[in-house]
Order: sequence, then C-alpha cells, then structure tokens
Amino acid sequence: MSTHSHAHDDHHGHDHGDGASHGTFNSYLIGFILSVILTAIPFWLVMDGVLDSKVATAAWIMGLGVVQIVVHMVYFLHMNTKSEGGWNMLALIFTLVIVAIAIAGSLWVMYHLNTNMMPQMDHEMIRSFG
Amino acid sequence: MTMANTTASQTEAPVFYLKEEHHPQNGTMLGFWLYLMSDCLIFAILFATHGVLGRNYAAGPSPADLFDLELVAINTSMLLFSSITYGFAMLAMEKGSIKGTQMWLAITGLFGIAFVGLELYEFHHLWHIGATPMRSGFLSSFYTLVATHGLHVTFGIIWLVTLMVQVGKRGLVPENKRRLMCLSLFWHFLDVIWIGVFSVVYLLGVLG
Repeated sequence: MSTHSHAHDDHHGHDHGDGASHGTFNSYLIGFILSVILTAIPFWLVMDGVLDSKVATAAWIMGLGVVQIVVHMVYFLHMNTKSEGGWNMLALIFTLVIVAIAIAGSLWVMYHLNTNMMPQMDHEMIRSFG
Repeated sequence: MTMANTTASQTEAPVFYLKEEHHPQNGTMLGFWLYLMSDCLIFAILFATHGVLGRNYAAGPSPADLFDLELVAINTSMLLFSSITYGFAMLAMEKGSIKGTQMWLAITGLFGIAFVGLELYEFHHLWHIGATPMRSGFLSSFYTLVATHGLHVTFGIIWLVTLMVQVGKRGLVPENKRRLMCLSLFWHFLDVIWIGVFSVVYLLGVLG
C-alpha cells in the first residue's frame, strides 16, 4: 500500500486506494448471486416454455437483461456518479444515447424499408416468373 | 494534513482548480473507460445488424433448429464464474497478495478458456451441419456478433496471462495494479456484452 500512497495522499488517498472504487467480498458475492438469479430466470422461461405469450416472455427476457446489466455495472464495474469526477458516467450516458439511436434507428428504418419494398419485389418476382 | 491542504487551496483559487484537474493514474482509467465505450458502439452496431438480419433465414435453419440452450447456459455460467473470480483476484491484489492474485487470475483464465472452447465447439458443430455464415443473413450476423465477442474474450485471456507473468516478475507495483484494473473493466464489460448476446441472440432467437 505504501508504494502508491505517495502519488496522491494529498487528497482522498485514504478513501479508495487507487483513485477508483473497489468492490468488497460481499459486494462481489451479492452481484454474483443477483446475476445468477437474473440469468436463470430468462433461461428457465424459454427452456420450459413457462409463459404462453411469446411477447410476454420476450419482454421478461429484455427486462431482466437490462436489470442484470445494471447489476453488473454497479457490482462488477463499480460504476457510480463520482468515479473519475463524473466523466465515467457522462461517457456512459452519451454512449447509451448513441447505442439507443443506432439500434432503435436501424430497426425502425429497416423495418419500414422492408415493408415498403415487399410489394414491389413480389410484383417483380411474379413478372419474372410469368 | 488534509485540513491544512483544504484551507490552503481555498485561499489560493488557481491552486484549487489545479488540484481538481490533477488526478491519480494520469487518466488511464478514464481513457480505458472511453475505449470500452467505443467498443460498446461496435457491439451496438453488430446487435443492430443482427436485429435487422436476424429473421432472414433464406429458407435455412432458424435459431430454434440450431441452438442448444443448455450449452449456452453452461457457457453463460462459465463467464459469470470468471467475473466473480476476477473480482477475487482484485481483492487479493488490494491485500497485496501476489500468489493470491495469480491464483485467481489463473482460475479466471481457465473459465475464459472453457468459455471460448465451448463456443468453438458450438461453431464447429454448426459448421458441420451446414449452418455456415454463408447460409443466410441470420447466420452471417450471428457469427459476426458472437465471434467478435469471442475474439474479445480470447484477447482478454492473452492479456490475463501476460499480466500473470508481469505480476510474477515485478510484483504488485502501481503499474501492474493499473493494468489489472484495466483488464478488470475489460473482463466485466465483456460479461455485460454477453448478457445482450444470450438474451437477444439465443433466447429471443429460440423464442422465435
């Protein structure tokens, strides 16, 4: 511990050793147990066909996936609003916005492109066969 | 001492701002986080591609025909175990235990190798039954997304072995601690990406 304390014992050196927050045995264990539960439920839902509705099952899978990602972020990646003076969180939020635009935008545009293209393609196919 | 510093910095305003700018680790951890966020964008685009192409089977096999969810569940647990064992390696590092750090890193590496091995086994099996990337849009995007993740894990394992050697040679010096913390972020980040993969590609795929 003495090897690095000289670098920044001027501020918050006592708080967290290397300037980033670390987990404890308990926090890793809590994160792990939560992850196991959050992984097991969606697999169980699909493998045993628990719910009759496919839409409901899909919604549960996505919902539990998002919760598990948050669990990993908090317990394994130690994300909080204070690490690196808040820049970590700001970068994460920016990335999430871009990710949401990229994924939702792609699906939206391509779905409509597909729908709009279909009749014409059918028409051409019929013509080429006829 | 902390009190004295605080009062001194409050009386001299420029010093106060300088102290805020000064940060331990020279910003490596923030820089690495930014790299991970850019990596996240790569995966986002691959997920978007799979979202668009994921139902284009071209009269070929669908996810329900191909995927063995029990294998995927085992694979997922490998990655989950490796996440907590990497956490234990970090705890050993904080205690200053070189042997403990190396032991937990080795266990993490073995789980990682098991994960990559199972994934290669799955790919080999799929390839063998004719489900190659050339077969359909679904399979193209599936292989691209899952193999990119697998490649990341493979490089993570190489990095992990490198750090085991470095820790063995130089001990837990600040540089090695910083590298271990970077790999920690990388490794847990890959587990986060895998949550998306097993949820969207495997479970939603098999659900149909």
